[in-house]
Amino acid sequence: MIHPIPSGTRDVLPQETGEVRAITDTLRAAFDRHGFGEIYTPALEYESVLARADLEEARPAYRVFDETGAVLVLRSDMTVPIARVVATRYAESPVPLRFCYFAHTYRGVRPQRGQLREMLQAGIELIGAPAPDGTAEALTLLAAALDAVGLKDFRIGLGDASLFPALMESLRVDEGARAGLLEALVRRDFVELELRLAEAGVSGEAAELLLDVPQRRGGPELLTDAPAPAVDAVTGMRRVHELLAPDVAERVIFDLGLVRNIGYYTGAVFEVYDPALGAPIGGGGRYDDLLGRFGRPLPAVGFALFVDSVHQALAGEERGTGVALAGSLSTTAGGAR
Amino acid sequence: MTPHGLTIAVPRGALFDGTVDVLATLGIDTDELRTNDRKLLFQEIGVITMRPSDVPTYVEAGAADIGVTGKDVLLEQLAQQPGEHGRDVYELLDLGFGRCTMVMASKAGPDPALESLRRLGVMRVATKYPRIAARHLEQTGRQGEIVEVKGSVELAPLTGMVDAIVDLTATGTTLRENNLVVREEIVVCTARLIANPVAHKLKAAEIDAIVSQLRAMPAIPAAGAG
Repeated sequence: MIHPIPSGTRDVLPQETGEVRAITDTLRAAFDRHGFGEIYTPALEYESVLARADLEEARPAYRVFDETGAVLVLRSDMTVPIARVVATRYAESPVPLRFCYFAHTYRGVRPQRGQLREMLQAGIELIGAPAPDGTAEALTLLAAALDAVGLKDFRIGLGDASLFPALMESLRVDEGARAGLLEALVRRDFVELELRLAEAGVSGEAAELLLDVPQRRGGPELLTDAPAPAVDAVTGMRRVHELLAPDVAERVIFDLGLVRNIGYYTGAVFEVYDPALGAPIGGGGRYDDLLGRFGRPLPAVGFALFVDSVHQALAGEERGTGVALAGSLSTTAGGAR
Repeated sequence: MTPHGLTIAVPRGALFDGTVDVLATLGIDTDELRTNDRKLLFQEIGVITMRPSDVPTYVEAGAADIGVTGKDVLLEQLAQQPGEHGRDVYELLDLGFGRCTMVMASKAGPDPALESLRRLGVMRVATKYPRIAARHLEQTGRQGEIVEVKGSVELAPLTGMVDAIVDLTATGTTLRENNLVVREEIVVCTARLIANPVAHKLKAAEIDAIVSQLRAMPAIPAAGAG
């Protein structure tokens, strides 16, 4: 007899559970070594709680009513519940606060290429630690955790969510056009971006900058000749870079076009890549405004790793497969490493 | 190692010649690619060939770093509703060739689609692009029933099965030969250069080299398309 389960969910059987457990145990030990205490929060939250944050594409997809008629949602994110916990249970506590979690989140994605609606995330939140030191601490832990797991070729993309909006502001892009331009950039549709720039009447040097700057990515040399409107964001990235140990810094790819599809990020944003997988295996960033929405304004930074993606990347590295069939078709295994 | 250090997904079919010309201008030896239409994997030049609608699939999965496909393919594979994910590929460049128009067409004479809308409140549309067609009807505030067909779309209105078709046309010849006229132009489609998001970071130098080489070309030759 076959009894189906909902699309985008799955059962995990002992062989896989063992492998996943090895990853999460290693991550837990790494988070613990750095002083991050593990917390649990309910899978169900009041919809009004998650609605305080600008979750955009990570907005909750599953709603139920409780016996009083209140609307509950399955959490689509762990950062917002932890912000709630901090404001409620740590209202007077000295900062910084360090939390880690291993939790399933629920999103209404169309299940394809391994995207699940129920997704196990392993992450940390560092609350009350401003940039650049807090950002550097989070990046250092991120690299240490992935090293401990045994990933060899991972890289961390580092950008700044405020960079492109600042660029548009200082180049006096029509306010009505900004959301559309940002949306094209989030999808990395540079053809659309160019088209919309023309439609918004942006031309000449301004258009060139808005098209060129978000395509700049590479090593720290990128941070030396940033155009004037991007200087604040780029200076912030340079300060973070200066605080990183060489073995962490060499993992970082600076990406002036990095924007994430979650709206609460305010400053540094990161994404984790591994050549063995065609999609990011984790991400994070600074959310300096989010805690304030819950009544305890504090700067904060965090990241989440997609545990199944980390597992796939590990398996892929072991098999020697990767982006562009590295090792089988092209002989440039390992990419830019 | 290939000169460009990448794996490129190349579409067979209408965009093939234009794409091969682009590869040639990049200094890639395309002789075997032009002559051997059965081979799929051209290891020494880092090229894999496939049908155009598969290009985003291979690029998204990272089996190819970059690829060439039509805007029609990308639009058809776009997210349908907010919150839903479309293909996660980066669109880097409009390559200019393979220019076609996505149109709505119906039988010459009084538009049967208009009559259906007026009398029945709904129009039946045959297409190979059900998502583009549905989106177009929705955005223009019309009720439609989409009939997905795999073969010659022109046949569907001639048999009376549907009121109109949504299809890609380059010259309009096939439409004219079947006594169909263009009622609406939906979108102009050209060949696009797309990239895998991770490859775009990890192989930035290689991809940027190709993009800047292509950008520097004044006019990419306008190759014919179906």
